[in-house]
Amino acid sequence: MSSMMAQQIIDGLAALTLLISFALLAQHRMLSVLHWFAAQGLLLAITAAVVAYSSGEHELYISAIMTLLLKGLLLPWMLWRVIRELHVHREVEPLLNSGVTMVIAVAVTLFSFHVIQPIQVTADLVTHNSMAIATACVLLSMLMMITRKKAITQVIGFLAVENSLFFAAIGATNGMPLVVEIGIAFDVLIAALIFGLFFFQIRDTFDSMEIDTMNASLVHKDDDE
Amino acid sequence: MSSMFFQCLQAMLMLLMAPVLAGFLSTLKARLQNRHGAGILQPWRDIRKLFGKEVVLAEHASWIFRFTPYIVFTATAMAASVVPALLLDTPLSLTADVIALVALLGLARFFLALAGMDIGTAFGGMGASREMTFAALAEPAMLMSVFVLAIGAHSTNLTTMISHTLTTPLLIQPSIAFALVAMLMVAIAEAGRIPIDNPTTHLELTMIHEAMLLEYSGRHLALMEWASMVKLLLFSTLIIDLFIPWGISVESSFIGVLLAFVIWLLKLIVLLVALAVLETSLAKLRLFEVPQYLGTAFVLAFLGLILHYMLEVGA
Amino acid sequence: MNFFLATLLTPLIGGVLLAMIRNPKLAAKLNVLTSCVTFTFSLLLAFTVLGKDSIHAMNDWFYLDAYNVFLVSLTAFVGMTTTIFSKPYMQHELEIGRVNERRIRLYHSMYQLFQFGMLLGFTTNNIGVLWVSLELATLATVLLVSLYRTPAAIAAAWKYFILCGMGIALALFGTILVFFTSSMVLGHGNEALTWSLLHANASDLDPAVMGIAFCFLMVGYGTKVGLVPMHAWLPDAHGEGPTPVSAVLSGLLLNLALYALVRFKMLVDGSTNTDMAGHIMMGFGMISLLVAAMSLHKQTDIKRMFSFSSIEHMALMTFAFGLGTPLAAFAALLHMTVHSLVKSGIFFTVGHAAQMMGTQKMSDIRGLIYHYPGIGWGLLIGTAAIAGFPPFGVFMSEFLLFTATIESYPWLAAPLLLGLLIGMAGLFRFVQPMVYGEPPEHAKDVRVNMIPVYVHFGLALLLGLAIPAFLSDWYHQAASLIVGGGA
Repeated sequence: MSSMMAQQIIDGLAALTLLISFALLAQHRMLSVLHWFAAQGLLLAITAAVVAYSSGEHELYISAIMTLLLKGLLLPWMLWRVIRELHVHREVEPLLNSGVTMVIAVAVTLFSFHVIQPIQVTADLVTHNSMAIATACVLLSMLMMITRKKAITQVIGFLAVENSLFFAAIGATNGMPLVVEIGIAFDVLIAALIFGLFFFQIRDTFDSMEIDTMNASLVHKDDDE
Repeated sequence: MSSMFFQCLQAMLMLLMAPVLAGFLSTLKARLQNRHGAGILQPWRDIRKLFGKEVVLAEHASWIFRFTPYIVFTATAMAASVVPALLLDTPLSLTADVIALVALLGLARFFLALAGMDIGTAFGGMGASREMTFAALAEPAMLMSVFVLAIGAHSTNLTTMISHTLTTPLLIQPSIAFALVAMLMVAIAEAGRIPIDNPTTHLELTMIHEAMLLEYSGRHLALMEWASMVKLLLFSTLIIDLFIPWGISVESSFIGVLLAFVIWLLKLIVLLVALAVLETSLAKLRLFEVPQYLGTAFVLAFLGLILHYMLEVGA
Repeated sequence: MNFFLATLLTPLIGGVLLAMIRNPKLAAKLNVLTSCVTFTFSLLLAFTVLGKDSIHAMNDWFYLDAYNVFLVSLTAFVGMTTTIFSKPYMQHELEIGRVNERRIRLYHSMYQLFQFGMLLGFTTNNIGVLWVSLELATLATVLLVSLYRTPAAIAAAWKYFILCGMGIALALFGTILVFFTSSMVLGHGNEALTWSLLHANASDLDPAVMGIAFCFLMVGYGTKVGLVPMHAWLPDAHGEGPTPVSAVLSGLLLNLALYALVRFKMLVDGSTNTDMAGHIMMGFGMISLLVAAMSLHKQTDIKRMFSFSSIEHMALMTFAFGLGTPLAAFAALLHMTVHSLVKSGIFFTVGHAAQMMGTQKMSDIRGLIYHYPGIGWGLLIGTAAIAGFPPFGVFMSEFLLFTATIESYPWLAAPLLLGLLIGMAGLFRFVQPMVYGEPPEHAKDVRVNMIPVYVHFGLALLLGLAIPAFLSDWYHQAASLIVGGGA
């Protein structure tokens, strides 16, 4: 595979990653959010494998396999279990306002392009184009975390941020050193486990997965006592 | 002079082929739904019959109502005749500018909406209002997706854009894929197909385009129907021109044009088969979901534009 | 003997052991023991550095210089005294049924894991590992904050988790950006993340990339420092978690985040050769100081009130590091030390006071000095110390900071002083009636252990009167290190 070809493929994958970030933001139903999230994980694994092949960094194959198992299969499966157990899969998410969200999303994409484009021309890797896209994905996932009201979608947003960061790492730098990569993956896994634990506690304590209900307990706490 | 001849041939072809392809589409759909269908030439038979019938005008119809069919048909036909379908460089190709095309279609749409409101029936006004609402969303999306290609070619002229596509080496360009999807979505909406509008129904609450034609009869209706068939063909040809132009004849030789015609027909058939499958498998969207659909198309086209700068210009 | 490994592995092993011990009393003792051993090792580690500029260990994975060596000892020390405090405190919580034995087990285990994360973060030489360890410490404290499982505790922990998760993600992105440019200079491996190498080659790093990276790092680690406007998690997490956790959050975790931020500032300064990073930090610091000082007045919960005081003091340090003069950096380092000592001491006192009165609501806490003089005096002295009264160390550092501000930005001295005064007024406004006044009927006697409090305040007093020579040497070295790369 020539480096030109590799760059073509990676650019294509980067474009798809950006598309998925938008799709995640636009989805209303819990299960479709989850499907897109799983797709993002798979896409990441493929990207890592392509970058590993084209750059000859064999460490990245390990990253790719780890990503496939953790982000493509394990985390979506865990979330799917949680959604099924908590019976929230049919609920339609109350969104901020999909039109406004999309406008903000487009603005965010333009912003990251504007900020990052000047610096990415300094890079010498075949993958240097993806830095701006990765930045946009990070910010878009954060937007998702902000605009969502349900605990589970917030978590998917959080994990999507991690995914975008991983994409930034492989896209822009051919991957962080393996030790760091494993450390990050481990942290994400622990975070996901804690999140899972929390879901059930939130459900038991609040009878709801809405963030507003939870924050109300903090606001009114002073009055109760 | 031969290029002038081919230009006329091409324009005639667009107008004459439009009903045939519409018939092909409805036959295809009928077969997919296990029906026999009325045959490929049925639209032609309809048009001929309608031309033979007398025109019934509403009492309050003004000149706008009477003129509209001619304006709509002429504008659409003009747009269709300049689009390069077979031959790349024709005498009229200078006018084949995408923005001009959109403006011509906009003119047709404007009069259509006026005519819809002219009689003062509830359905006409409703259809007009829906048409204009969706048009306001569809047109920016369409222009945006065209711009993705136009930026690469540094022109909005179709001939220049096609020759740019033909001369650049084949690369994976994500931006163009995004623009293509957006364009397909807009084309479906503009041509009034499922899942946006159903051209075969007169179900009151959901119709858009048909609502404006309810009061038309005779040759007026024939022109309107014909124009909408030409519009479908126009959009298909536009998509072919913008995204898969390979096969179009570069020089005006008889063999080349004939070959281009066969290839063009094949591409059209592929597009129409895809459309038929899509229409059979999808349900019509509820009206309030249409803005979201068109918004998605716009966002996709816009992403294509950003990606073009992110991935392809800096590279 | 490798003191790095010993210092790090002790809490890790302790954490694993504590996860298996069911008896709460035994576990509390082991918890104290583990922390004492950790502290001993950290002291030995500090002694090996004494007199040297810096040491590298284990293939450059670990690195100690004047800047982090005292922070390692400080972390281990506060970690140790907190376990001593938490022994009777958690015992009481168990008796009144706020936690059960399983939760106590979780508490002890997570506490040691948190210590491990903290120490790893302070000693590592790899900015990637630094991030991982900060995330680890965060995750451990999330579980600690939610320990009581009340609706408010869970909501607070969730908020903490989400906000800090987001912040820390931005910090990772900043780290990736640094790696993005450094891998072009230092090659594509661990070297490009090794701080000491980065620092040595800072001038070769691309200034534009480093500038953008710093913005992300500032917001990211700034969230963990508790800077306004990313501070929303901090009062909730401090208010709803167990008091020992509030003590280590305020006294230690915030330090680690600020430490990380300053490490990056050194790199960015070396690369850009401008005051950009310093100015950003000063801006964040000044705004946080004023907002925190004013928010302090609106509080009704004693732990939340002191958590706003923590924001205020972290803001002071951020501001001081941002000033970028050796004097300001010296003041910031001193302030970091005394704030950790005094604030955790205050939280110990507050924890006992809240247990006695059965509430954290300030309007229901009255007459501490009559009910239990030790607690009353402790709170009074602690408040005087944190408010910056002489002769405590906080006065010393704030005075130095004030002098440094007048030297370089005289016009900023006024808002700085204003913020300090508003904060001080807020503290005394609430603390005075709590200490004096009529003790309520429902006040209970609880077992208290005031030794850690006295030790903390004593050290703060000592630092205010005379800073030991070795410590002031470290501060000077660290200050010149921090300032050195700048313009």
